[in-house]
Amino acid sequence: MSETPAIRMEGIEKSFGAVRANRGASLEVMPGEIHALVGENGAGKSTLMRMLGGLMKPDAGRVEVFGRDVTGWSTGEAISAGIGIVHQHFMLVPTLSVAENLVLGCEPKTRGVVLDYKRASDDVRKLSTETGLVIAPERLISDLSVGEAQRVEILKVLFRGARILVLDEPTAVLSPPEVRELWAVLRRLRDKGDTIVLITHRLDEVVEISSAITVMRAGQTVARVKTSETTPAEIARLMVGREVSLSAGKRVQPSGRTGSQPNQGLEVRNLSVMGSRGIRVIDDVSFSVKPGEILGIAGVEGNGQTELIEALAGLRSTSAGEILIDGNDITRRSVAKRHDAGLSHIPEDRLRRALILEYTVANNLILGVQKYFSRNGVMDRDRVKENAARAITSFDIRPPNALLAARALSGGNQQKVVVAREMGRGFSVLLASQPTRGVDVGAIEFIHQQLLNARAQGKAILLVSAELNEVLALSDRIAVMYRGKFATVLPSAEASEDVLGEYMIGTKKGSAA
Amino acid sequence: MSASSLAGEAKPTFAAAPWRERAEEALIPPLVALLVALICGDLLILSYGQSPAAVYRMLLEGTWGNAYGFGQVLYKATTLAFTGLAVSFGLRAGLFNIGGESQLAAGGFAAALMGLVLPVGTPLVLALLICMVAAGAAGGVVGAVPAYLKTRFGAHEVIVTIMLNFIVLALLNWFIAGHLHVPETLHTPEIHAGVLPRLADIDSRFHGSAANLALIVAVLVATAVWFYLFRTRGGYDLRAVGLQPQAAEYGGISVNRVWMRALTFSGAIAGMGGINYVLGYKHYYEDGFASGAGFLGIAVALVGRNHPFGVIIAAFFFATLSQGGLAIHAFVPKQMMDVLQGVVIIAVATAVPEVRRILRSARRRSDA
Amino acid sequence: MNPISFLTQMIRIAIPYLFAASGGVVAERAGIVSLTLEGFMLTGAFAAVLGTNYTGSPWVGVLCGVLGGLIFSMIHAVATIRYRADQVVVGVAINLLAIGVTRFFLKLFFASSSNSPRVTGFGGNINAAGFDNPLLWLGLLVAPVMAFVIYKTPFGLRVRAVGEHPDAAESVGVSVKRVRYAAVALSGMLAALGGVYLALDQHQFTDQMTAGRGFIAISAVIFGRWDPLRAAAACLLFAAAETLQIQLQGSHAIPSQFIEMIPYALTIIALAGVVGRAVPPAALGKAED
Repeated sequence: MSETPAIRMEGIEKSFGAVRANRGASLEVMPGEIHALVGENGAGKSTLMRMLGGLMKPDAGRVEVFGRDVTGWSTGEAISAGIGIVHQHFMLVPTLSVAENLVLGCEPKTRGVVLDYKRASDDVRKLSTETGLVIAPERLISDLSVGEAQRVEILKVLFRGARILVLDEPTAVLSPPEVRELWAVLRRLRDKGDTIVLITHRLDEVVEISSAITVMRAGQTVARVKTSETTPAEIARLMVGREVSLSAGKRVQPSGRTGSQPNQGLEVRNLSVMGSRGIRVIDDVSFSVKPGEILGIAGVEGNGQTELIEALAGLRSTSAGEILIDGNDITRRSVAKRHDAGLSHIPEDRLRRALILEYTVANNLILGVQKYFSRNGVMDRDRVKENAARAITSFDIRPPNALLAARALSGGNQQKVVVAREMGRGFSVLLASQPTRGVDVGAIEFIHQQLLNARAQGKAILLVSAELNEVLALSDRIAVMYRGKFATVLPSAEASEDVLGEYMIGTKKGSAA
Repeated sequence: MSASSLAGEAKPTFAAAPWRERAEEALIPPLVALLVALICGDLLILSYGQSPAAVYRMLLEGTWGNAYGFGQVLYKATTLAFTGLAVSFGLRAGLFNIGGESQLAAGGFAAALMGLVLPVGTPLVLALLICMVAAGAAGGVVGAVPAYLKTRFGAHEVIVTIMLNFIVLALLNWFIAGHLHVPETLHTPEIHAGVLPRLADIDSRFHGSAANLALIVAVLVATAVWFYLFRTRGGYDLRAVGLQPQAAEYGGISVNRVWMRALTFSGAIAGMGGINYVLGYKHYYEDGFASGAGFLGIAVALVGRNHPFGVIIAAFFFATLSQGGLAIHAFVPKQMMDVLQGVVIIAVATAVPEVRRILRSARRRSDA
Repeated sequence: MNPISFLTQMIRIAIPYLFAASGGVVAERAGIVSLTLEGFMLTGAFAAVLGTNYTGSPWVGVLCGVLGGLIFSMIHAVATIRYRADQVVVGVAINLLAIGVTRFFLKLFFASSSNSPRVTGFGGNINAAGFDNPLLWLGLLVAPVMAFVIYKTPFGLRVRAVGEHPDAAESVGVSVKRVRYAAVALSGMLAALGGVYLALDQHQFTDQMTAGRGFIAISAVIFGRWDPLRAAAACLLFAAAETLQIQLQGSHAIPSQFIEMIPYALTIIALAGVVGRAVPPAALGKAED
C-alpha cells in the first residue's frame, strides 16, 4: 500500500452493557475515494463512525487518521482534524436560519461582541457556490425541504474544514431526484480531494456512487471489496446472511386450511400514510392476509414497515385507504376498538410500546385487556394472578416471579411476556413486528412455534421481520417492502434469499401481486 | 396453547420484589431530606447562638410531646394531607397540579356557602356530606380548567394552574370583600350547618388545638386514593399513562381522558381540604386561609414519593416543622422553619434523580 | 386623570416587571423554566436593603442585591443543570426558600417579622416623578439591551440554539451546560435588580413585598412569546392596567380584583392559542440528556 489510508480502524471493540455493538470491527478508507459502509440495522456501522468522530471512545482497538493515532479523541479534536459527520437525524436548529446554524459555535464577530451576520452570510454564500450546494443563507431551517436541509448539514461540516465526510444513511429521507443531486455533490467533493464514507443499506445506490465497499454484520467486518469487483446480489448475501441459520432451510408446508373459516382475516385497500415533509411513507398499498396464513413482509428497515404496522394498529393516522378485519372497517377506530374487533399486536419497540417497565409482569400481562380483569371497576387480583401463572408456565418466563418489575427481565423474557399477552387472548388478526429481536435462540424457536400454532388455528398473521430467514421459514407468502410500496408478493415456494434480496435492495422492481 | 419442551421448569411465584430494592429507591430521598434538614437546622440554630440539641428537644416537646402541640400538628397535617394527595394524584398521571392554593380556597368557600345555605337543624352527617361534595366540586371545577386546556390545546398545566391560582383567589377575594363578608373582617358569617366537632370535644387534653374530625376524612380520602390507584382499573390506566404514555396508548387507554380525570380529581381532593379550616376550625371562610398549603402540598407529595400513605407521613413531617417553629420561637425565630422547608424540597428534588441514577448503575454493574 | 401622571406612574410600576421579564426571557430561551423570578426578586430586594442599611449607599445596595440574586440563581442552576432535578419543583422551592431566608435574616438583622428600617434610595425629588432614579433608566434600557444580546451576539445565538435543539448545539462543540448556567445567572441578577428597584423605591423591605410580581413577569414572558421587546410591551400593558385601577380607585367602574386578573388571564389565553399560539422553546424544561 503506497498511500497512507485516510482512515484506518482495527480491532474496534465497543459494548453497551450486555450488547456488543462492535466486535473487532475494522475499516480502511483510502483518500479521495467514496467508500460505502454497508450492513443492516444493528450491524454496528453507526457505532464505528461515532468513534471516528469522537462522540464515543472504543473499548479496544486503534483508530488512525492519515497515519496519526487518534484513538479515543474528542469531538472537538475530530472536527479540528477535518472529520465531519453528517448525521441521519439532522442536527439543525429549526427556528434558526441556515447561516446561524452554520456559524453556531464559531461565530464571526465585529468589535468582539456583536455577531457579524453579514460576514456569516457572505461566508456561507461563498462556500455554497464553491461546493455547488446552493442554499440561501437567510432561509429558516423549518422552511427547507429534506434535501435542502441535508445540504445545510453537509455545508456545516465543510464550513468547519472537513476533508473526511461521513454521511449516515443520507438517502433514507430523499426522493430519487434529490438522491441524484446528492451524488453530484459527493462526486464534486471527491474530485476536490475529499474522502467520503457513506453509511447505507441501499445497495442499488451504493453500486452507483462508491468505488469501495466494506460490509459489516453483527458488529464485525465481513468483507472489503472494490465495487467494480462484486455484484449487488453478492453484497446482499454478505449483508443478510446468518452465522446460525435459524430453521436451516426447513420450510413449513402450507396448512391448506385457508378459506374455510367464518373469519375473513385482514384486508388492506389503497392505504397511504403521510410522513414528515409531505412524503408518503406508505404509498397506496393493498393486500390481504387470509385466516390460517402468515404473510411475511421482508425488507430492509426504513422502507415503511414500521409505519404500516402502526397504521394498522391504530397508532398512526392514515391519509387514504381502508383497513378491514373480518369484514369490519376499522380504519377510523380507536386502538381499544381494534382490540375488540380481533386485532392483536406485538410491537417492534418493546421497551417503549409493548411494556410498562415499572409495572409487574402480572400487570403487563393484562395491558390492553385490563377491562376483562376487572369487575365493576375493581381489579380482580385473583384472575390477574391466575393469568400470570398460566402465562409464566406456558411460556417459561424467567424468573418465574409474577411480581417482578418488567424492567428486571432479560430482553428475551420480556418479549415472552408480550407474546404471551398478545397471543393469549382471543384474536383473529395478529400483527407481529420483529417478534424475535433481542431474544435468545431457545426462545426464538418457542415463539416461532406459537406463531405456527396460531396459524394452524386459523388466525391471520402479518409478520414483519428484518431477519430474512425468519420470514422465509414461517411465511406462506412473502411481500417485500421498498420505499413505501410492496415491490413484490411471492408464494414462499418461489422465494429465496437471492430472489428476495434483489427486491429488497431495489435492483429489481416488480409489480405487487 | 400447548406447552413446549421448555415449559415445566418455571413454577410461577408471587414474591414481590426484594423489599430492600424498593425501599432503597423510595426511602433514600426522604432520608436525605431529613439529614439535610438537620444539618441546615443546626447551622441556623448555631447562628442564633443556641444549642441544636436543646432546640430540637424543645421542638419535639412542643409538637409531639404535649396534647395541644400534637393537636396542632394533626390540624396542620390534615390540610397538607389533602393538598399533598391532590398533587401526588396528578403526578401519578404525569401531570403537575400547582393549583392547590386556589383549589383549596375554592373548596373552602363552597363548603362555607353550603354551611350558610343549609338550614340550622340539618343532621351533621347529611350536612357534612353536602359540604364535602360542594367543596370537592368547586375544587374539581378549578382543576378541570387546566385539564381541558391541556387535552384540547396542549397548554402546559404548570403555567395554567399557576395563573389560575391568581385568578381564582382574586375572584374569591372579590366575592368576600364585595358582598359576603362580616363587616370589619374578611370572612363569611359563621356557618350553622356542617360544623365538625373538634378533637378537644372528644378528648379534653386537646383543648385549644384546632384539630378536628376532618382528619378522619383525610385518612378516608387517602385510603380511597390508594384503593383507586392500586386496586381499580381506572387506577391501572392512570398510572400507566403516568409511567409510559406510549405503552398506555398502545394498550388502548385514552391518554386525554385519563388526563382530564386526573387533573379534575386532583382539584377536587385539594378542594375537599377546605373543610378542615371551614367546617372544623373557624366555621367560616376567611380570605387567605389557604396561604401556602397548596405549594407545600408539592413538597409533601415529593417527600411522600407520591404514595398516599407516604403523603400522610410527609404531611406530618412538614406539619411538625411548622408547629415546631412556633414552639421554639423563644429561642430561634420560627422563620427558620420557612428556610428549612425550602432546603428540604430542593434537597429531595435533587436527591431523587441522583439516587435513582446511582442505584440503577450499581444494579447494572452487579447484573452484568 | 392626567395623562403625564398616568404615564409616569405606569413606567414606575413596570420597572420591576421589565427587569424580571428580561431575565426570564433569556433563561427560558435557553431551556430552563423560570418560575423562580419571584424568589430572585425578593432576594434582591432584601439584599439591597441590607447593603444600603449598613453602608448608607444605595449603590452598595444595588451590588448586594445583584449578588443575592446571583447566589440564588446558582442554587437553581446547580440543582437543575448539574443534578437534573425537576425544574418546576426546584422553582417552587426556590420561591419558598427566598421567603424563608428573607424572613429569617429580617429577624436576625432587623429583629422584625414584617419590615426593615427605612433606608435611603435614589432620587427623591418630587418634581422628577421618579425619573431621577438611575435604576429606572436602567430598567427602561434592559429590554432593548436584552433584545440585542439575544439576537445580535454569539452568546444570544447559542442561547437560542440550546433552548431549541441542545443536541445540535452540542454536536458543534457548544457546551449546553455552560450556556444554561450563564443564562440562569443573568436571570437571577436581572430579576434581583427588579427587587432592588422595588425596595429602594419604597425605602424599606417588607415581608413578601414582591407580592406576585415575579409571576406577572413570567406572564409577560409567555404573553410576549419569549421575545424581549414583546415581553417588555406586555410588561407595560400589565402596568397600565394596574395604574388604571389605582387611579380609578373609588369609582368602582371595574373592581380591582378583575384588573389584577388581567395578566394571568391573558397568559392562559396565549397558551391556549385562542389568539395565536404561544409556542415555548422546544427544549424548555427538559434538562435531561
